[in-house]
Amino acid sequence: MCLGIPGEVVELFDSDRHLAKVDVAGVRRNINIDLLEDEGVVPGDWVLIHVGFAMAKIDEDEARRALASLQLMGQAYADEVQAVVESQIA
Amino acid sequence: MRFVDEYRDPAAARALVSRIAELAGAEHYKFMEVCGGHTHTIYRHGIEHLLPTSVELVHGPGCPVCVIPMGRIDDAVAVAQAPGVIFTSFGDMMRVPGSEGSLLAAKAKGADVRIVYSPLDALRIATENPERPVVFFAVGFETTAPSTAATVLKARQDAVMNFSIFSNHVTIVPPLRAILESPDLSLDGFIGPGHVSTVVGQLLYRFVPEEYGKAFVTAGFEPLDILQAIAMLLTQLSEGRCCVENQYTRCVSEEGNPRALAIMNEVFEVRPVFEWRGLGFIPESALKLRPEFASWDAELRFDVPGVRVEDPKACQCGEVLKGAIKPWECKVFGTACTPETPIGTCMVSSEGACAAYYNFGRLHRQVAVTMGGSR
Repeated sequence: MCLGIPGEVVELFDSDRHLAKVDVAGVRRNINIDLLEDEGVVPGDWVLIHVGFAMAKIDEDEARRALASLQLMGQAYADEVQAVVESQIA
Repeated sequence: MRFVDEYRDPAAARALVSRIAELAGAEHYKFMEVCGGHTHTIYRHGIEHLLPTSVELVHGPGCPVCVIPMGRIDDAVAVAQAPGVIFTSFGDMMRVPGSEGSLLAAKAKGADVRIVYSPLDALRIATENPERPVVFFAVGFETTAPSTAATVLKARQDAVMNFSIFSNHVTIVPPLRAILESPDLSLDGFIGPGHVSTVVGQLLYRFVPEEYGKAFVTAGFEPLDILQAIAMLLTQLSEGRCCVENQYTRCVSEEGNPRALAIMNEVFEVRPVFEWRGLGFIPESALKLRPEFASWDAELRFDVPGVRVEDPKACQCGEVLKGAIKPWECKVFGTACTPETPIGTCMVSSEGACAAYYNFGRLHRQVAVTMGGSR
């Protein structure tokens, strides 16, 4: 729950519900971008995702570094990615 | 420097380790890393063995799984066993032991307990099962509380009336204050939490240097980040100053995420008091739903026993969380208490100090001894 996972925003598809399609660890899932509304999120942005919500905008270099350190976490990271894969936010 | 070779930039790591040794000199320094993610990084990368013996790291209470008291798990199990309920939880919470078993055990006995990644998944389950009450077990610091709050707003907007929240959200400042007030603790500074600070920002921590005279450096999660934060803490102390500094500017700003904080404050209010595992009752340290969201408050909709349960006598999670003892100094560490059969919460979460130490630390200690190291 505490692992922030970086994801790349692919598409904003439901502005009423603040939903965006994001590429996270190679899978595309819906996340909520309501909490970043003031900063404005556009396709191509990298965001740090916690429990289905984008919490902070980050740059691509930071996203790659964060992913590399997450991958070193082994099982905890694998579990988190599996949880993201099973998520079906609508 | 065996571990350094695994780092992204071994040369930078070596330079930082030398700088730390030089700054520390002959003095003894004790720093607390607040966040469980940092604890994990420290053990995973053997950082304790790179540091001079004069720099000691103690592991703080910043793992939300580890600070949930047994009584709240019992309450969660009671709600999960109420007729017709679908109880949803982050996977991390499933194995945390209550006095009569975990949520996983309740599930084995027939309760409908489902793991979700997001509170929004819990809300979706509620809309798909309109005839059944769906409860979300909300835990975490300000990292996750805004997400729960946004989900409650969505439930209100869509009038999802079979959905409710069992809130166990906690806030980061009160436990820091409790630790700073603790008479038996001698800390020189804090490695501040990374992700929670993306929400709360840096200004909030000013009381640490201003009221308690301790240094505070917010850090990222790479081993280099931690080493750099330690060097920054030592630099402050060697220059005779203490302030709030930010090593993790890549993600953390001065003011945090104001929109996330506003949504959190719209939905939640501060509880008068909340029990923390190991730290006891801390005033104004947790969040509950405001009265206007009573329809989505599981504590009002269900019979929550609310019984206080003493932590198991053998378990010393409390001392570990306060940094008074190291995980391996606990009587049951690695014998009766293991990640497979945890007695205490610190052994459950992969970010708990005991689990992190169990998985990585023992090995590193052995390597250090074999190599003629001092620990």
